Amino acid sequence: MAFRRYLSALSLFICAPVLAAELSISVEIPKLDVAEYHRPYVAVWLERDGAHAANLAVWYQLERNGQGAEKGEEWLKDMRQWWRRSGRNLDMPVDGISGATKAPGVHTLTFTPGKGVLADLPAGEYQLLVEAAREVGGREVLKVPFQWPPQKEESHSAKGSSELGTLNLQLIP
Amino acid sequence: MKISHSLAGALLAALLIPAAHAHRAWIVPAATVLSSEDPWVTFDAAVSNDIFHADHAPMRLEGVKAIGPDGKEVPLQNTAVGKYRSVFDVNLKQKGTYKITSFSGGLRARWETEDGERRSWPNRGAQATEEAFAKEVPKKAKNLEVSYGSRRMETFVTAGSPDAKVFVPSNQGLELVPVTHPNDLFAGEKAEFKFLIDGKPAVGAKVEIIPGGMRYRNQQDSINVQSDKNGSITVTWPKAGLYWMSVSYEDDKAKKPAKKRSASYVATFEVLPE
Repeated sequence: MAFRRYLSALSLFICAPVLAAELSISVEIPKLDVAEYHRPYVAVWLERDGAHAANLAVWYQLERNGQGAEKGEEWLKDMRQWWRRSGRNLDMPVDGISGATKAPGVHTLTFTPGKGVLADLPAGEYQLLVEAAREVGGREVLKVPFQWPPQKEESHSAKGSSELGTLNLQLIP
Repeated sequence: MKISHSLAGALLAALLIPAAHAHRAWIVPAATVLSSEDPWVTFDAAVSNDIFHADHAPMRLEGVKAIGPDGKEVPLQNTAVGKYRSVFDVNLKQKGTYKITSFSGGLRARWETEDGERRSWPNRGAQATEEAFAKEVPKKAKNLEVSYGSRRMETFVTAGSPDAKVFVPSNQGLELVPVTHPNDLFAGEKAEFKFLIDGKPAVGAKVEIIPGGMRYRNQQDSINVQSDKNGSITVTWPKAGLYWMSVSYEDDKAKKPAKKRSASYVATFEVLPE
């Protein structure tokens, strides 16, 4: 772990961030015909060379029925991979990342060139990960590998089979 | 008369054997990885043959302690001792790793009288103090065997990010030093643990790891390994689930008056699917 962190810290020095490219993601939450439906918890993040690089979104139960956001944190650990890679080291909520759970449908995340997470994203081999965990439901992780920065306009996708529909990643140089 | 005496002696000796050798003692947390603020974890503690199936005897909770990430003791709450299992809750007010632990150790002796009757010391439930030892155990006797034995039983739970403060060794008995954190175990991954005996690497300790759920399969499916020259073992978790680990160690490097040093360490781990 420490070694990985050291490596990624090192690579920050070697690789200058790439400012111009744009990244957008669409995550489909499928409509499920189940007796008891709760919107899934979803985490969207990037890993670079196998190490956690950046969180893009975490959708979980914020305030509801007078219960504070702390209550919803109880199930963050069910996104087991995300929890292990990043969540357990965070103090939720995190500005710009935390959001309420989403209804079934396609949800798009667009990241402006040179801003936010893209402001200091070094060049390298990446993986986009999306993990969904649903109360009284299942869990699914989708992965999409990509190169950053993109050389040309590219689109990558993966298809879920239970908790996630189509995941699409759009890269524009 | 003689027969019943030696029978009683044998029975007594059997009762004095660490539970790990006869039945298996375990403490099982209902969850090991927690993400909420101020979470609670509930625990079951029992002694049984089939791992995690409470059908034999409850664990006495007098010696069980919860230690928080700051090294301070945290109370066991809502304790109850049932027919077959004990239960308790722990409130994890701080972030970090908590240890639930129980440790006991002391001198033990066995000998035969001139008439060939077997004797053992201490009597069940009696304190094995050095004073009592000097008074009650003969200096010389046939087949006199004096040993120092200790038992430790543990499990771990983590609120937020795992940390290592509860693993600072006490240098007493058999202890686990994590290379891989016990609350960061995943199916298909390798884990490494190091064992210490009285603070020094426990070389050649016998380690048995058994997956829970014995009632739903036909074999024990145990993983058996021995610690290397650094006292370390590595294990690759075959699947997700609860695991019971039992470690036993024995040598002749005991402090006087004991000649033999024996120690056991038992722990419960949760392995999550990747």
